[in-house]
Amino acid sequence: MGKRSIETLVGLFVLLGMAGLVFLALKAANLGTAGGGDTYTLKANFDNIGGLKVRAPVRTAGVTVGRVTAIELDSKTFQGVVSIEIARKYQFPKDSAAKILTAGLLGDQYIGLDPGGDDANLVSGDVLPQTQSAVVLENLIGQFLSGKAEGPAAETAAVAAPAPAPAPTPAPAPELATSASGAKK
Amino acid sequence: MTAMLQRLGAQTLDHFRGWGHAVFFFLDVLRAVPASLRRFDLVVAQIYAIGNRSLVIILASGLAVGFVLALQMYYALVPFGAAESLGLIVNLALVRELGPVVTGLLFAGRAGTSLTAEIGLMKAGEQIAAMELMAIDPKARVLAPRFIGGIIAMPILAILFSAVGIVGAYLVAVQLIGVDPGNFWSIMQTRVDVLRDVGNGLVKAVVFGVACTVVALYQGFETEATPEGVAYATTRTVVISSLWVLGLDFVLTALMFSTP
Repeated sequence: MGKRSIETLVGLFVLLGMAGLVFLALKAANLGTAGGGDTYTLKANFDNIGGLKVRAPVRTAGVTVGRVTAIELDSKTFQGVVSIEIARKYQFPKDSAAKILTAGLLGDQYIGLDPGGDDANLVSGDVLPQTQSAVVLENLIGQFLSGKAEGPAAETAAVAAPAPAPAPTPAPAPELATSASGAKK
Repeated sequence: MTAMLQRLGAQTLDHFRGWGHAVFFFLDVLRAVPASLRRFDLVVAQIYAIGNRSLVIILASGLAVGFVLALQMYYALVPFGAAESLGLIVNLALVRELGPVVTGLLFAGRAGTSLTAEIGLMKAGEQIAAMELMAIDPKARVLAPRFIGGIIAMPILAILFSAVGIVGAYLVAVQLIGVDPGNFWSIMQTRVDVLRDVGNGLVKAVVFGVACTVVALYQGFETEATPEGVAYATTRTVVISSLWVLGLDFVLTALMFSTP
């Protein structure tokens, strides 16, 4: 076999390897979905970020509109500062709210972005005004148990308490507590 | 009693002498690399011998591993309603572990043995001694091009193994079983990271390429110049290279993937 044909075959071999790498990177890994054009950065402060990780998706109505780029602790307020980048083509009102949610029962955590009603839109560098922390199962169970022990009288206290978990989430717990104590009678 | 002690001491010293010898051999080959890069046609011929001619076995194994992984994972995942995650599991298993490791083992069997046998026979036929007489450094002329060829060919083979394995899993899962193709690819794309998974797999493949090629060259170069000696060296190449691949894989996995 001539020298030239060997060189051609080796060239083909290397080209095949590059094609394989491109396939792995674009089709079978996240290079094709990451970045992808123009973005702007927002910040949100959370009392508790739970298990949120860098590169976690940001979703609105279930559609992925951006990703978490950095997570830091604010050393003055002791809140988690989450930086997210949103695709430029999606604009959100100034009073949009960010929540940390969980996909499925035990799935990965992501940020849900609920659009508000303001006329002005968020611009790069803005801090989201309303946030809702991750639901910590231990806190939830603790509230449920204390609600159950003290009976219906604790119902208002549980809701009014400045718990890290937000108002909408603990609501089912006192209801369950009342139905449980009702069954006891 | 003293005879036994003496034998133990001699064996220990021999052992360490062997290690030192191998390390100096490796350094000599590294030193000869720049000289052989100037004659790149020799390296190209070695990439052909090591890489191109290993393609069939690597591609066939990759496809087969992808097929069976997809089948087994499907039966395991269906009870949990997670059949779409099949692509992700096959992908991570191939890119992180099976791609580099199985390619390393096959590389030792397919390319390493031929390197050892070739160099061993060159030594048995006194070609290496003849080169030294003509003031040609056999490490630069014979060993270094094979070393570079092995390092270039091995990662390419590992990438192709993983890529073909994922295509094989796609064929079984989507075409044969009927998993949804959109979920099959999108779950992979959201959960597999280019640098962390594909990149670390590539680093593993390069490390295994260095280990397998150096073991094969050392065994060939230091063989006894007899038919039995070459046969014995060839066998040892496969055994030692495989053990190196498996051992290094554990160390590299612990370094790369110990944090979630």
